[in-house]
Amino acid sequence: MQEFNLELMIKELEVLMGDKLRIGSDQFFAVLNIESNMLTVLMTKLRDEYGFNHLANLSSVDYGEEFELVYHLYSIPDNKKLLVKTRVPRTSAELDSLITIWPTADWQEREVYDLMGIKFKAHPNLIRVLLPEDFEGHPLRKDFVMGGRS
Amino acid sequence: MLESDIYTVNVGPIHPSTHGGLHAEAIMDGEIIENVIVHLGYVHRSVEKIAEGKTYQQYVPYTARLDYLATNLPVLGYCQAVEKLLGIEVPERAQYIRVIMAELSRIASHQIAISATGIDLGATTGLMYGMRDRERIMNIFEMTGGQRLLSSYIRIGGVAADIPDGFIPAVMSLVQDIPGMMDEYNGLMTGNEIWAARMQGVGILTPETAIQYGVTGPNLRASGIAYDLRRAEPDGIYHRFEFDIPTRNGGDSLDRWQVRIDEIGESGRIIEQALEGMPNGEISTRVPKVLKPEPGKEVYHRIESAKGELGYYIVSDGSSKPYRLHVRAPSFINLMVLPVICRGGVFQDLITNIATLDPILGESDR
Repeated sequence: MQEFNLELMIKELEVLMGDKLRIGSDQFFAVLNIESNMLTVLMTKLRDEYGFNHLANLSSVDYGEEFELVYHLYSIPDNKKLLVKTRVPRTSAELDSLITIWPTADWQEREVYDLMGIKFKAHPNLIRVLLPEDFEGHPLRKDFVMGGRS
Repeated sequence: MLESDIYTVNVGPIHPSTHGGLHAEAIMDGEIIENVIVHLGYVHRSVEKIAEGKTYQQYVPYTARLDYLATNLPVLGYCQAVEKLLGIEVPERAQYIRVIMAELSRIASHQIAISATGIDLGATTGLMYGMRDRERIMNIFEMTGGQRLLSSYIRIGGVAADIPDGFIPAVMSLVQDIPGMMDEYNGLMTGNEIWAARMQGVGILTPETAIQYGVTGPNLRASGIAYDLRRAEPDGIYHRFEFDIPTRNGGDSLDRWQVRIDEIGESGRIIEQALEGMPNGEISTRVPKVLKPEPGKEVYHRIESAKGELGYYIVSDGSSKPYRLHVRAPSFINLMVLPVICRGGVFQDLITNIATLDPILGESDR
């Protein structure tokens, strides 16, 4: 197998995805910002062609107008890493589920749905995972009103 | 032909074999498990939301309560994540103390895992040996932080205080006794035919499934994959130590159980080297009273905890409190595979599989 080259991979993906993909980086990760409708295409490629077989972490952040989904990808055993981010508007917080690419997305997506209220299309069992079924609201949203039970 | 109905058996949340508030709903076809539905959240404390209202230092004790059986490991992971975010360097002596505390926690956690498996499968005596030896580690924790179960001895920038007199001899004598302890566990249980029969071939987790489901830690290594973050992505000073990564190839319950026993020995080796190499000096960097990372900066830091890959994802908005904090809990992710490895087995295998997956509910429910 060819030696893994992060820059080469990014170049190839840039050609393929065009303006749907913005490349960035921080101190720790190379960051791929992808438009949410292209997420599944990108992730399938990352797993099948570039060997990112370990979706370590799937989480979300509330930025007011938009939610940001973060996916920390690694590969076992090579230990290369990548951060993929995508944003969905607050008014229609919905994007594709990754459960068919990495089954480990199952409960992690349920948790994001449970605590932040983002819906995952085609998730077969999108129900709350940590909070009771009859709980109202999504506590990790910044506009969630906290208060004790009366 | 006899007709059989599908019926459900609820295990937990109040049941000794569920290791905390785990509720497993087994869908049974006769004696065969068709599916297991896992219900979580019985010990949900919303630790991620709490983090948004606490300063970085105030949050340290909350992390100890994630994995209360390996208390120093989640604290270590959190402190390192914050240090990464702020670019804080930790003094050498503190690094060594941290490694000793982390590995002692790993041993304590594995001792609970293997001895609780004993009581789950009816080998009640097995519980006593693990608990007896774990007590010595609890005493060592008490010497350092004053707390036995929920120690917040590791702090951002180093550790809370220097190790007291008597710490090193106590750790040394413990380390010397580790091979004997392992022999005892092995002699008592591993070699027992009935024990092996309850575990062998039960809950087989293939390496492919393990990776697909994000399983990490001893559970992954029992499926033959030598992936350990202390080696793959060493935090702190782990790259300085010599140790092996124990693996097994079967991926069944017995393998998961044995990997943990083997890891106790490796942790002992690491502690020995850390005791030898520990220099004198500062035990903590001078850390400002109010920590304010750069706005917009974020970090994902992961360590090899006793249960697997424990990750902290922290986003800063420049204030003294995290804008967002997410815990990637290995127990949460590992439990996802429980239905997969139970399908097609008999009911008592469910108990074996819960025990050998070794989830901790404080962490999975957060």
